[in-house]
Amino acid sequence: MTMSIRGLALSALWGTTALAGAANADCGIAAGKVSIIGNDFPAVHTVADAAAACGTGTVGVKTNLTKDHEKLNAPGMTANPAEYSAAIISSSSLVTLMSAGLVRPLDDLIAAHGADIPRNQMVTIDGKVMAVAFMANAQHMFYRKDLLDAAGVAPPKTYEELLAAAGKVRDGGTASPFCSTYGVGWNLGQEFVNMYLGMGGAFFKPGTAEPAINNEKGVAALEMMKALSGYMNPDFLTFDSNAVTAEWEAGNCAIATLWGSRAGVLMDGKESAPGVAENTMAVATPSAGGSSFPATTLWWDGWSIATNVSDEDAAASFLAMKAGIAPSILTPDTMGQAVWMIEGYQPTPAAQGVAESIAGGAPSYPMEPYMGAMHMAADGNIADFLTGKEDAATALADIEAAYTAAAKEGGFLK
Amino acid sequence: MKHKTFLWFILPSAVAMLLFIALPVVSVLLQSVFAPHEQVIREVEKCDVFGCKKSTTVDVEATAALSEGAPLGRFVGTAIYTDRNHLALSEIGAIWSSSKGPGDFLDQIFNLPFYGALAFTLTYTALVTPFAILLGFCIALAVNAIPRLLRGPAIFFSLLPMIVTPLVGALILFWMVDARGILGVALQSLAGDPDLSVKASTPLMWAMLIVYGVWSSCPFAFVVYYAGLQTVPQDTLESAMIDGATRWQRLRYVIIPHLLPLTTFLVLIKIMDNFRVFEPIVSFNGGAHAQSLSYFIYADLTATNKLLSSAAATSVLTILGVIVLLSPVIVRTRRSFARAAS
Repeated sequence: MTMSIRGLALSALWGTTALAGAANADCGIAAGKVSIIGNDFPAVHTVADAAAACGTGTVGVKTNLTKDHEKLNAPGMTANPAEYSAAIISSSSLVTLMSAGLVRPLDDLIAAHGADIPRNQMVTIDGKVMAVAFMANAQHMFYRKDLLDAAGVAPPKTYEELLAAAGKVRDGGTASPFCSTYGVGWNLGQEFVNMYLGMGGAFFKPGTAEPAINNEKGVAALEMMKALSGYMNPDFLTFDSNAVTAEWEAGNCAIATLWGSRAGVLMDGKESAPGVAENTMAVATPSAGGSSFPATTLWWDGWSIATNVSDEDAAASFLAMKAGIAPSILTPDTMGQAVWMIEGYQPTPAAQGVAESIAGGAPSYPMEPYMGAMHMAADGNIADFLTGKEDAATALADIEAAYTAAAKEGGFLK
Repeated sequence: MKHKTFLWFILPSAVAMLLFIALPVVSVLLQSVFAPHEQVIREVEKCDVFGCKKSTTVDVEATAALSEGAPLGRFVGTAIYTDRNHLALSEIGAIWSSSKGPGDFLDQIFNLPFYGALAFTLTYTALVTPFAILLGFCIALAVNAIPRLLRGPAIFFSLLPMIVTPLVGALILFWMVDARGILGVALQSLAGDPDLSVKASTPLMWAMLIVYGVWSSCPFAFVVYYAGLQTVPQDTLESAMIDGATRWQRLRYVIIPHLLPLTTFLVLIKIMDNFRVFEPIVSFNGGAHAQSLSYFIYADLTATNKLLSSAAATSVLTILGVIVLLSPVIVRTRRSFARAAS
């Protein structure tokens, strides 16, 4: 989800288009072409592989799984016929595709072929099913049991407690006890979204694209982020998920907020320093500013079918994707890859953080069509506050001004 | 050369320039004065696996009806150029009338994204261009002076910064100056400050980007000067020696004047390159401390809400910036050509 040139370089190496494997499964597809684009992480591979197994002599299934899927899916689905007939997407990329009219409502296909898809997996917008979700993700808290025990603090339930706990752990000799993805580029904006929504803030005046963040909740969210940054490695403005993962595995962090999809890696102990993995606990994100729910946003991953493909290809893609998220894909090997929203899922310890954040009532990531512009405006204007160049109110005014210019250009504001 | 022969000779490159330079520039210009159509927003209920909530969505059909017959979007003239994310004309006016003094005025101006980026881009260009050319010249002189046997390996090593992919070269430096990297730790012990971090400080980040810029672009100057050194007329050098010219005098009065046209060429190329500085900022994750015009174009094009018109306007401003920076050099060159012809 982060964008970087390194990702681009790696995807050029790994993300090449692959033809379907040899294993065939009867997915009930008579004929048609299926072409799937999606992100490149293990859970998506599991889904895409199961969908690709539908390939037969008359049914061609292609997959392109790459970190840069969000740059490719819209252009690839704009052509008619579309290059990609199905897209594996997350909360925010559905909005982009839908705003451009590139994904079709699935109600007809569900009526014809999908009666067995559980209702709670369907993403419904204005009464029309636009996507089918298969997994959940969120940034949540990780903590090192040994370090917190040694400092004599309980796992924090609020960010205010987290500051106190980080202070005690630092006194015990861990120089930068708190780690989080505060890198500029996308992540820093996401951290602000989490903290501001977590404090009960709203980004827009209801029903409009008018920004509404320059208020005391916005100031409180920024002040909390600055207080947290005091317990981070001084390079925090360059930290993305990979950097935080490496810091955690090296044993430099006592508490972190990081994506749930990284929990498996942090807890498997394959690349961790001794004693780190077995003491790694994944729990709900703390709440902030007196709220009763975790200060994080929930994301889902799911799939949609392109508008610009023939009905035959759309049906074939629907059936292949349905096979891709069938309960049979859950094996002991794949169970720990994600917090699956598929029948038969048994949560592993690595899933606890996401599960607790959902149960705690964290909000889902905003789906307004202009949220992307707000996210990037926040991302570009918070660093000046965190480095002490300006105060919180100025930073918030800058975010609103940058957003307003972008939203006017995009046609969302007059 | 006959005119007809010349025409045929130049035709392929003229066609290529038209296709790959002129047309894209026209398309970018066009894109920068059009913006997406007004989006029709509707309030709807959105339900996902985590529950239902009120939200908004783009009414695709109503928006498509608005854009009917106008695929370029709505004409906005120079509105994108003058908005806050670019030239910010009205914001500058407001800052002018409200600022408390010249320092405060400049602070507020550089807080505007375009001018902040321009400040870094110009500093980078102004420092990297002369230092890279000077360093390249020194390396060329040094390599030219060593025994022929050692020149091959020396040339190879001097060219390495250019051979290494910019992204990889920048990443290597990025890791070396990490708070736990070899250069980072060395700097900490030199400064006696264990909390010193190059990546956390704006001046140090700028310094690192400029050092990287000099390192990665000096080989180009080296190659050009090294080639130029092979063409220095030996008889002029010899007669200078007979006249009793010292090594420095030979350099000052024979070699440097001989290489002056090459220097003009290098300055032109390097200004163009440096004004488009981009890769190091991305590889150093330096966006918090330094932005450039190219970085903004990249950010606009990779965001969830792609800002094509904004990226196009920034591109046009970049082209204008390059033209402004190059014009003194070009005017000078034209004058000296005119003098030579008369």
